[in-house]
Formats: sequence, C-alpha cells, structure tokens
Amino acid sequence: MAFKSASSPHINTQLQTSRVMQRVLVCMLLGFAAQLYFFGWGSLIQVLLAVSVAIAAEAAVMKLRNKSISFALSDYSAVVTAVLLAVAIPSMAPWWIIVIGVLFAIVFVKHLYGGLGNNIFNPAMAGYVLLLISFPVQMTNWNAPLSVAAHSPTFTDAFNTIFGLSHYAADYWKQAIDGTTMATPLDSLKTGYSLEHITSEIMKQPAFTGSIATGWFWINLGYLLGGLAMLKLKVIRWHICTGVLVALFICTSAGFLLHPDTHISPTNQLFTGATMLAAFFIATDPVTAATSPRGRLIFGAMIGILVYVIRTFGGYPDAFAFAVLLANMTAPFIDYYVRPRSYGHRTS
Amino acid sequence: MANYKDITIQGLWKNNPGLVQLLGLCPLLAVTATVTNALGLGLATMVVLIGSNVLVSLVRDYVPKEIRIPVFVMIIAALVTTVQLLINAYAYELYLSLGIFLPLIVTNCVIIGRAEAFASRNNVWASAYDGLMMGVGFALVLVILGAGREILSQGTLFSGAEQLLGPWAANLTIHLWKVDTSFLLAMLPPGAFIGMGLMIAAKNVIDKKLEERKPAPVQTEITRARITKVG
Repeated sequence: MAFKSASSPHINTQLQTSRVMQRVLVCMLLGFAAQLYFFGWGSLIQVLLAVSVAIAAEAAVMKLRNKSISFALSDYSAVVTAVLLAVAIPSMAPWWIIVIGVLFAIVFVKHLYGGLGNNIFNPAMAGYVLLLISFPVQMTNWNAPLSVAAHSPTFTDAFNTIFGLSHYAADYWKQAIDGTTMATPLDSLKTGYSLEHITSEIMKQPAFTGSIATGWFWINLGYLLGGLAMLKLKVIRWHICTGVLVALFICTSAGFLLHPDTHISPTNQLFTGATMLAAFFIATDPVTAATSPRGRLIFGAMIGILVYVIRTFGGYPDAFAFAVLLANMTAPFIDYYVRPRSYGHRTS
Repeated sequence: MANYKDITIQGLWKNNPGLVQLLGLCPLLAVTATVTNALGLGLATMVVLIGSNVLVSLVRDYVPKEIRIPVFVMIIAALVTTVQLLINAYAYELYLSLGIFLPLIVTNCVIIGRAEAFASRNNVWASAYDGLMMGVGFALVLVILGAGREILSQGTLFSGAEQLLGPWAANLTIHLWKVDTSFLLAMLPPGAFIGMGLMIAAKNVIDKKLEERKPAPVQTEITRARITKVG
C-alpha cells in the first residue's frame, strides 16, 4: 500500500517536544542578553553550570530507572528547567546554590513524580522556592546593574566570585552593604512600605530613578518580545500569559486607583521583577498548567491575582514562584470543573 | 507461645512503627531536627511503651472489653506524666527543647496500638519485650532521621548532647564540617517529610533486594488425584 500525496485537507504534524523546547530556549535569548548586559557575566556562568548539572542529573536518574538516557536528554526539557532556574537566581550567587536548586528540581520535583509529563509542580519554580526558603541571604543579593557599580566585574571576577576562588569573592560579599549589590525595585518597595513610606517617597529612591529600574525594564521588555515570538511560533497559546498579565494589571490598577500611597503603578508592576519571564516562560509550562482554553485563562488569572496579593501583602518582595506553585496545585481541580464542550453536545 | 525472635524482627524491621506502620508521625517529624532531641524523645517513648505494655498485659483479664480503651489511655497518661516530670526534674534543657511533644506521647498511636494489638493478648514477658523492640525500632528511625537532618543543616552530630546526658557529654558533639550558611530546609518541616520519604524508599529497596536474593520456592509438581480422560 502506498500513501502518496493526498489531496487536502492535510493534517499538520504535531510539534515535537524537543522542537518546542529548543524554540523556548531561542526565544529566551533576547531577555537573557539584556540580563547579561545589565548584570554581567555571572548569569552566563550560572546558566552553563545549571545546564551541565541538569544533564548529569537527568542522565543519572534515567540510568537508575533503567530507561533510555539519550531519549530523556534529547527532549531538552531538563535544559529548559535549568536555564529558567539559572536566570531567576542572582547572577553572583555562589555555585552550590544553583547546583542544589537544579538537583532538587530534576531529581525530586521531576523524576520522583515520574519524569517529564507526570510532575505536578513546575520543577524550576519548586527549585527556586527551595533555595529561597533555605538560603534567603544569597537568594536576595542581586548585584547592582553594571553601569552604577563602583567596580564592574569582568568574566574572571564573576567566575571567581561564584566559585569562591579569590579574595574578590570575600570583598564582594563585604561590599554587599555599600554599593556592589543593591536592592531590586521590589525589595526597596517592600522595605519602604515597612518603614511606612508612601509610594511617591519610595519612587525617589535610587532603585527607581537610576539605571536599576531601567535595567529591570529592559530585561522584562526582552522577555516580553521573546514571549510574543513564542506566541507567533505557536510554542505557547495566548490564554495563560494573557490571564496572568490581565489579572495582574486589573488588580494593581484597582489598588493604585484606590490607594496610591501603598501601591505602585500597574506599568511598574508589569515591568519589574520576574513578571514577563514568568508570564510567558514559566507559567505556560504545558505539563503543570490546566489543559482546556478556559481552564488556562482561569489558571493564568489565578497566578496574576496571587502575585498581586503576595507582592502587596506578603513577606517576600516577588511572588511568581509561590504563585505558580499554588496554581499548579489547583490545575487538576480546574480541569475537573472546566471541561470543554464536546462537539455536538448541547446543554439542557 | 510468643516467639521472641519474631517479635524482634517485627519491631525492628518488618513492622517498624516509624517506617511501616507510620504511627506517631507527628513527633517523629517535629522533633528530629537534631540527634539529641530525637534520642531524647525516642527514649521517652520507649520507656512509656514498655511500661504501658506491661501494665496493660497485667490487667488484661480484669478489664471488661467494652471499656478497655479508656482504661488503656488512663494507664498511658499516668506513665507519660511520670516520664514528663522525671525529664523536667533531671534534664530541664531537654524538657524545654522537646516542648509540647513530650506530653503528646499520650496521643502517640504506637503506644495505644501496641496495647490493643499485642499487650492485651499476650503475657507480661512477651509484652514487655514487644514494647522494648517497638520502642527501639521507633527510636532508631528518629535518630537516623535526626542525624541526617542535623548533618545537612548544621554539619554537626550530637550537638547539645549535654542536655540529655549531663555535662560530660558536651565533648560528644562532632563537628563534621563548618557551615557558613545552614541549609534551612533540612531544619524545617519539609526536610523531615523529604527525609522520611527517602528512608521509607530505602527500606523498600532493601526489602526488594532481599526478596530477589531469596531462592525461589521449589515448585512441587501437582499430582492429581484422578485423571479424567477426555474423548
């Protein structure tokens, strides 16, 4: 029997997992480049370290499970997890931070639940939360964007700091208090409000006026463009990211209009911290999100609302990791109640 | 009638209260941040377990079946109060660090479970031995979990042993390595849950390996009593 060229309609081939993951990585490049530009070579070292640890961990677990190593590695999912975690942590964090985070993400969060497609929680974000609650000091020490730092670290400096090889590392942590590191905008917001400052006062602080705010803005813009490219390439659908951004926008607008002294403007909310990275690259993980279009809108909106609530009223400055994990827990519940209508089925 | 070897295997391995029966998880997860705390609670639980098993076994013929549970609970509560007062008197620091989990031994399901399942059906000696073995099994799980969490979070072993054993034991503290930043997760409740899960997994792996090593039972050929010829 020969299946030669048939007439239309044609069925499109499904995108392979590996192709999807490769496209995700490519789309991240723009935002990642902005991050490198503003925060230095540290991020690149973190990514390389994370990817090598992830590949080793994935291979080791597949060996233990008596499954094909090359099959698991060829889908690039471990690489994506590692990269997402590596860009989320401070660029100058010591090497063991990212190693512990990636090992936990791959071995515990992904493979103990049965590997790709079976994990309940987003591995990168679960790893991030583990690191955040275990090592709060190292995880909140972002260095200042290069243009304002007194001494801009070279690649070697970044390498030595991360691996604790030279005195530069010790100096780095000493200088943490006076200038090399600096609070992120969301950090200074949290501190400012806890000191009972109002928004207009906090906005005058260096975190919002200088190049820090611009740095975070450009990084977010980069990830936004990458996200739009993913939409265009049909790597992700529009539901989740729209849900996240619209819900966050509505909540923050309402807060800002009702009580401008304790809220920053919605555009500030949308372009600081991990907003764009999380909305397009993290929340859209197909394994741990809801599956139907309507369910995905609800899932995304939930993340947006949770981010607003935790950023505004919670103890941590940024909230995407917690919001995504909490939403992951509800995904099966959402899927149970939001079922797409089957074709031809009428209500009543 | 009771087989002592069997009781030993049941208490320490096959029916271990911590790993298999999953009883008394609340103190098991809450106080195992250090070896000292784990050992203290393990010993206290073991003493109560032996005492309650002996007493329950002694009164088992005189207690009407309908009210046996309240009677058992009274016995256990009296023993726990005694142990609590003793620790309060002789190891006050430990008393402070164990906190609410000491009086909560009353509600530890291991104790009422053994009273109901074993002591109320067996003689005094067997019951006492069962209490000892179950107690040792429980304490071992506590200590291993405590050791793992303490090493990961502080890099030490037996820190604060003097609280339990007196001033001479201060030298017992072993510093394995110096940590600048403690691994908070191991100290927090999630660390206990993850550690417990890993221990149960390890036990299952060992059981599976033992099962594989055992020679397969010899297939005895089925001899039929009568063969019906078909056709």
